Amino acid sequence: MKKTECVAMLLAGGQGSRLGVLTQKVAKPAVAYGGKYKIIDFPLSNCVNSGINTVGILTQYQPLELNDYIGSGKPWDLDRNYGGVHILPPYQQSKKADWYKGTANAIYQNIPFIERYDPEYVLILSGDHIYKMDYSKMIEQHKLQNAECTIAVLEVPFDEASRFGIMNVDENDVIYEFEEKPKNPKSNLASMGIYVFNWQCLKKYLCEDEENKGSSNDFGKDVIPAMLGNGEKLVVYRFQDYWKDVGTIDSLWEANLDLLNPKIELNLADKNWKIYSRTPSLPPQFVAECAHIENSLITDGCSVYGDLNESILFENVYIEKGAKVEYSLIMPGAKICEGAEVRYAIVAENAVVESGAKVGQSPEKTSNLEKWGVAVVGPNCTVGKNATVLPKSMIDTSVEDGETK
Amino acid sequence: MITNEVMGILFTNVHDEYLGELTAKRAVASIPFGARYRLIDFALSNLVNAGISKVGVITKSNYQSLMDHIGSGKYWDLDRKKGGLFILPPYNTTESGFSESKIDALGGIMTFLRRSSEKYVVMCDANIVGNIDIDAVIEYHKEKKADVTFVYKSGAGSDNDRDKISFKVLKSGAIKDIRVDDSDSKTSNYSLHILVLEREKLIELIKEAQSKNLKHLTKDVFMAKEGELKYFGFKANTYATVINSREAYVKANFDLLDPKVRAELFCPERPIYTKNRDNMPAKYGIEAKVTNSLVGDGAVIHGTVKNSIVFRDVTIEEGANIENCILMQGCTVKANASLKHVAADKNSVVSKGSEIGGNKNYTVIIPKETTV
Repeated sequence: MKKTECVAMLLAGGQGSRLGVLTQKVAKPAVAYGGKYKIIDFPLSNCVNSGINTVGILTQYQPLELNDYIGSGKPWDLDRNYGGVHILPPYQQSKKADWYKGTANAIYQNIPFIERYDPEYVLILSGDHIYKMDYSKMIEQHKLQNAECTIAVLEVPFDEASRFGIMNVDENDVIYEFEEKPKNPKSNLASMGIYVFNWQCLKKYLCEDEENKGSSNDFGKDVIPAMLGNGEKLVVYRFQDYWKDVGTIDSLWEANLDLLNPKIELNLADKNWKIYSRTPSLPPQFVAECAHIENSLITDGCSVYGDLNESILFENVYIEKGAKVEYSLIMPGAKICEGAEVRYAIVAENAVVESGAKVGQSPEKTSNLEKWGVAVVGPNCTVGKNATVLPKSMIDTSVEDGETK
Repeated sequence: MITNEVMGILFTNVHDEYLGELTAKRAVASIPFGARYRLIDFALSNLVNAGISKVGVITKSNYQSLMDHIGSGKYWDLDRKKGGLFILPPYNTTESGFSESKIDALGGIMTFLRRSSEKYVVMCDANIVGNIDIDAVIEYHKEKKADVTFVYKSGAGSDNDRDKISFKVLKSGAIKDIRVDDSDSKTSNYSLHILVLEREKLIELIKEAQSKNLKHLTKDVFMAKEGELKYFGFKANTYATVINSREAYVKANFDLLDPKVRAELFCPERPIYTKNRDNMPAKYGIEAKVTNSLVGDGAVIHGTVKNSIVFRDVTIEEGANIENCILMQGCTVKANASLKHVAADKNSVVSKGSEIGGNKNYTVIIPKETTV
């Protein structure tokens, strides 16, 4: 049988509940990003660009959109004769049926899938981060270090370290301790949720973990501590480039606007490391005589007649004459009507902001910064004429004309 | 419509000679158009949107760029086990080495035609910009029990149409008085070089024409057989134009700035497909000033752009001033350069501060991959 050196398993079953209306109908990895991408395009493109062509995608929460999006894997060149992309939902077995109880259990339930490829290594990824990473370099280091497990880490500022899973390492970057959200962090090496395991070793620990009734079947909480406890060699892989968790509205909004910041190193135009996505075939964007655009990203199918500043338009967005959009993300198919003002906001798919409506506000104009935040108009919602959506509010149903929410 | 009932044949080298620099290194079918397309995208998408899943692409010369563009046909869903895309390079039987006329070209693909099982053939030239409902054309062809159905437009057409096929259309839809190169017919019905006929009929006509050594499909076959064959016309009511001169090319690009033209050409029910290049969205800088223009993904704009067509991956640096221009994919306009009425072909570079200008009646063409 053909042997595959490394199989990637992408955990895409999370709900991402902190993204509220944006993940009501779709799993977090299927949330739109950067004008023409979805979050999952990043780990998938990274895999392909790193030469990893066998990818299992573990789905559980609202998988319809994600299944449809991945399809045969063609946009990522993952439609392969051998390997390629596979969607792996939980399934019924002869004696029992289980949802994925935790990240480790999700992999445990798919041991037969991985075994088909008889890999040396398994790469565990999650579908909620924006970053470009060459996994082959991480695997290279894993081999050199002769480790059982390598965990990718990012150096974070010490005052933020208590929000992350922190790796404490010796002078050879070998992990001696793992602390989940420590109050007094000893190091600033935060886990990025990217693991390379020797498959035989991981399989053993997954089986043991499954036997352990008290376990929450989670990589960070159970498997990694168990391996450390048994004296296995775990090392860190230091990652230096751009990486952002997009688990919250604010971080999703920030990670998008980072694309407009010339100081931030996330180059999506790199011909040697393209981020692939499934895109509909749409006409080129049209910028009208009366439009005014400053520092923004716009993609196919958009028509801009209004004013745009520091914003990102996803496909098929329509900005009418006299509309003002600032520091905002306008997701696919949304429409901003004449004279509407959208500031510091996310307007989700197919939402409509009627004429004269106001969505969000700039922090400078807000007296109480505690109450300020990015405003969100949910998918398919309409903000009525002259209605107002306050900063930090999240709309999941339409707002009547003149109403304030 | 039953998918396996109709096949398509595309001619990709029509009027290469009239397009000057644009076809120096490519066939007319692969001329870049409309900020993200190649001319052939329209013909291919029209066929595919009618459910046709078998398309033969007849090539003659300079077809590397075309092959690169269409590849396996996957962007048009033509990478199929059954049917799919067939690239048909010249079949060397004539002394000259490649087919000079449509009759020769079709004679060269006789085996392909014979081995096919589809009842109907749609033949299109790949230099037509239009979104034609081919499904409706086929229905019309059946309903009229026509031998050949011509898709046509009414009006003046292009002044430069050097191979204009015009005709009278009777109330019944029947066609008579077919003429070629009739310069007097300023207002008439002219063919969009899209026609439908039965495959068996096509084989029969071509065999006969070859045995008589005939050369011109319209003049020697269709005109000669008026009265014998039933010709019908299907009128295209939406935007459609034939790209058979530099002027027609330039005009058709700028036609896209009209929202009505875009609405007809890019109607959502029949999308125009093209090769996906996975570019990032277009980026507009802080100093960018873009008005009345079409822009493709991957473009980076820091200068001023007015009334222009900016393709994918074009870079326009600070202080550059672009007016009434067509900048094809991968072009770079360096800082403070000024371009007016210029069509810059693929990957050309306009150096810092340079000034190039044509006028309303003459667009300067910068050839592919040149630095000026």
